[in-house]
Amino acid sequence: MTHATDIPVWAALLIGFFLLIGSGLTLLGTIGMLRFGSFYERVHAPTLGTTWGTGGILLASIICFTVLQSRPVVHELLIAIFITVTTPVSLMLLARSALYRDRTENAEAVPPFEAVTPAAGVKPEIR
Amino acid sequence: MSAAILFWSISIAQLFLVAAMGCCVTRMVRGPRAQDRVLGFDALYVCAMLLLLTFGIRTGSTLYFEAALVISLLGFVSTIALAKFLMRGEVIE
Repeated sequence: MTHATDIPVWAALLIGFFLLIGSGLTLLGTIGMLRFGSFYERVHAPTLGTTWGTGGILLASIICFTVLQSRPVVHELLIAIFITVTTPVSLMLLARSALYRDRTENAEAVPPFEAVTPAAGVKPEIR
Repeated sequence: MSAAILFWSISIAQLFLVAAMGCCVTRMVRGPRAQDRVLGFDALYVCAMLLLLTFGIRTGSTLYFEAALVISLLGFVSTIALAKFLMRGEVIE
């Protein structure tokens, strides 16, 4: 923590605020993932950590290195863009595969294959 | 003053993130079906990436940033591969 004395108080307060917001929201999301009842409820909860959880900690990192190096340091935006783009893709693919698995087992909580728009002319298990 | 603020906020944030990783591991161990375990793994690597970023703020070096970027890249690919495997039974067809 030798670099911490170079950081002014207002920047330290901002960094702490964003760090606590980000990590607290991430913890809330994973607690939700632990406590929800079904998979389709659980798949929503960790996105709290990938939106403002990641955003808060990345903002804290940007402020910290910008103040430390006295120039704009924005390479954390790479992680932000990447997480924002990839999280919906991976979670939607995971939810589709869970739906497919539940439908093939004739689970009662999900609609069967025939209920999905037969007029569309496509097989519903297409990703 | 600023050193104390930074020290305590980073410590509490790391404690929160480790607790979040504990929740993810619990979901991975307990999860009733395979997709729950994959979801727990997905949240686990996001938490690990955030923990690496807080280590970067604590030490003041940008070395941890590359590690976090690599973790997020590989985690995305592995989640996609696992979801594909759950749906089709094989990853590359």
